[in-house]
Amino acid sequence: MELRKSYFADQRKDDLHEIGQPRPRSDSPGHVTGKTAYFADRNFPGMLHLKMVRSPHHHARIRSIDISEAEKHPGVVKILTAKDVPHNVYTILILIQIGPEDETVLADGKVRWKGEAVVAVLAETERAAQEAAAKVKVDYEVLPAVFDMEEALKPGAPTVNEYHGRNYYLYDSGECRKVRFGDVEAGFAGADHVLEQTYQSSPIEHAPTETTGCIVVPEGNDRFTCYTNTQAMFFTLDNASIILQMPGNKLHFVGGTVGGGFGGKVDVIVEPIAILGAKLTGRPVSFIYSREEEMQISSPRAAEKVVIKDGVMNDGRIVARKVTGYTDAGAYSRHSPYGAQKGAGHYPGPYTIPNVWIDTYCVYTNRTPSSAMRGFGVTIGDFALEVQMDKLARLIGMDPLEFRFINAYRDGDMKAHRQPTEGAALIECMQEASRAANWPVAEKYLSMSSYAKGV
Amino acid sequence: MAIRRGRGVAAINYPTGMNLGGDPTQALVHSTPTGNFMVTLSSVDLGQGMKQIMAQICAETIGVPTDRVVVDTADTDTGPHCMGTFASRGTHRAGNAVIQAAREARQVMLEVAAEELEVNASDLETDGQGNILVKGAPQKSISIFDVALSAHFKRGRSISGRGMFLIPRSYPEKETGAMKPSTCYAHACTVAEVEVDDETGEVTVLTVKNVFEIGRALNPKMVEQQLVGGSWMGVSHALYETTEPYYPNRDHGGTDFNQYLMPGPGDLAQTEIIVLERPSADGPYGAKGPGEMCANPQIPAVANAVFDAVGVRIDTLPITPERILRALKAQASN
Repeated sequence: MELRKSYFADQRKDDLHEIGQPRPRSDSPGHVTGKTAYFADRNFPGMLHLKMVRSPHHHARIRSIDISEAEKHPGVVKILTAKDVPHNVYTILILIQIGPEDETVLADGKVRWKGEAVVAVLAETERAAQEAAAKVKVDYEVLPAVFDMEEALKPGAPTVNEYHGRNYYLYDSGECRKVRFGDVEAGFAGADHVLEQTYQSSPIEHAPTETTGCIVVPEGNDRFTCYTNTQAMFFTLDNASIILQMPGNKLHFVGGTVGGGFGGKVDVIVEPIAILGAKLTGRPVSFIYSREEEMQISSPRAAEKVVIKDGVMNDGRIVARKVTGYTDAGAYSRHSPYGAQKGAGHYPGPYTIPNVWIDTYCVYTNRTPSSAMRGFGVTIGDFALEVQMDKLARLIGMDPLEFRFINAYRDGDMKAHRQPTEGAALIECMQEASRAANWPVAEKYLSMSSYAKGV
Repeated sequence: MAIRRGRGVAAINYPTGMNLGGDPTQALVHSTPTGNFMVTLSSVDLGQGMKQIMAQICAETIGVPTDRVVVDTADTDTGPHCMGTFASRGTHRAGNAVIQAAREARQVMLEVAAEELEVNASDLETDGQGNILVKGAPQKSISIFDVALSAHFKRGRSISGRGMFLIPRSYPEKETGAMKPSTCYAHACTVAEVEVDDETGEVTVLTVKNVFEIGRALNPKMVEQQLVGGSWMGVSHALYETTEPYYPNRDHGGTDFNQYLMPGPGDLAQTEIIVLERPSADGPYGAKGPGEMCANPQIPAVANAVFDAVGVRIDTLPITPERILRALKAQASN
């Protein structure tokens, strides 16, 4: 890695003692010698293991659940169903007033994705829990499922989630988050070329080294200690408190070093049910995802579809950009309404465009609920935007890097969401990339600056 | 049939912190009797090195070496509230809270030193090595060790401070979408060079040259580890990864690392990282959040490089050999 100190030198004082110094990480010797303690390194006498009975169907009504055989399985201590969960229907962003509550801790009457938790089995060993889970009999009536976002948005599509009553999230702005700036249709009408393209992604996995999990210990003082690898301690504690209808002062969350998160550990999934298990049995409970659960059950990055329509002039100026973004939330909201909205604030990318129209939709389908992941709401948008930029440059016969200089935002430029640009540095990154990659651009681009004109 | 070479570019920006703000983080700082400093948080270290960075920020602000700071975090009984470690917010939000707490503690420390030295606190400075000096007369000094002892056992002062950082929440205007998503943005430009085998559709990424603008590199070695890891992740996202290879079909999802494709050491491109620093107005010592941003520009840069190499656009991620071959076939039949 190289630090290029020549850029923005006038905005920086290099007079610090500790900041800017490549100090060795105090925790890395522990990581590389195996001495760092993770939550699962603990073992408590009498600890039970929790395993989930999961839906084999994408969408089905639950006619009945029979746990009688499973209960008789050697080593089984307790079996939990929806009726055991005090506040079974929840949504995590309710803490920042983004509802409605739309997801069940344990399925109640219906499953909406293949893999959904239906029954929790607590047993003396992992093996006993797994074997007993296989003996739980659930009678399902399979329902039509919808997997494609376009299909889901059509009239007459199966309703994925009755708590929404429609297959998209309803924002205060309506069926999507909207940004309106200038007159996009006038921009297209006056453009030399108009290009509309569609981009698509598939869900991906966070792939942390350490899978999601927690261990809960009932303490002598009527409190519960939850050792967890959540990325957000109080967010998880407060949601657990709501789900369990248990005052927050009864809960003590202890984290530590986490073996990778990437956004995969901001859902509140394992902790509430494990705390409930510890409460109802009076014993420590361990609930740790297998690798298979981490990959197919825990939330992936959402699949997205992005439609971009641009008006561009032969001299390289983009005069209008319309973006329609669709985020596949799967069966439940989790963080997806936030992610789709974040996309609306991100488009049209780091470019100054006078006419912009943005709609971003959060769509429900019968698949594993998606949620946050590194680059949430932006990564797929950037893929779409930057491939589109390449296509536009080639359409007008311009060098792709020079084309970006022409449109790059600078300090003071008004963004589509009506904030003036501050602290821009795109131009300088491109100047340095031109040099580092030996990608020549005209001199006038190398003398540009992100600073406001005339400053 | 041939191996064809191409290169592509992409330029991006990325917001720091939770979108639309409203995501507070608190910190507490106090000294031990011998002048070491404890930072208490409830933020989570995901392995990215948050504890180390918070120690350096506290040390810089108090004016002591980093090894005199201990960070205690991720315990809801002791640590004050933090919204969490996500949204490229850890360093920016918690760092600002630590600075505020450390400044308050530093002020008490200087007041105690001033009493010991019989000067005004405003005439004192720290040397960064654990001593407090009178400005212009550095021979008149006292160690922070002695100041802490005095504060504890003689003067009854608590060398401590509280810090809180909150960007007020922005609510998007319904019709126009007017809003404030973030207060500062990191930037990047990436050039990727690939080889594409037009017989097998296989893509080999040869070089990835990343320029990142991150506000301030608080610890350059840790910046490097995060940016290199991000760059690898971006390439992996572009070419390999998915839990549903035939999305929207639900079948064929990987359930372990044999089935879920990710690059191995032999698949990693030569990766170059160049860092620019334009300090953010509201970041701790100018830092922005580059943790997510650094994994984004490689994806379109690789996609554009594939087009440059073989003349087909793969507008669906991941860019698999199957998709490339199907596109080449369609191109040949047109």
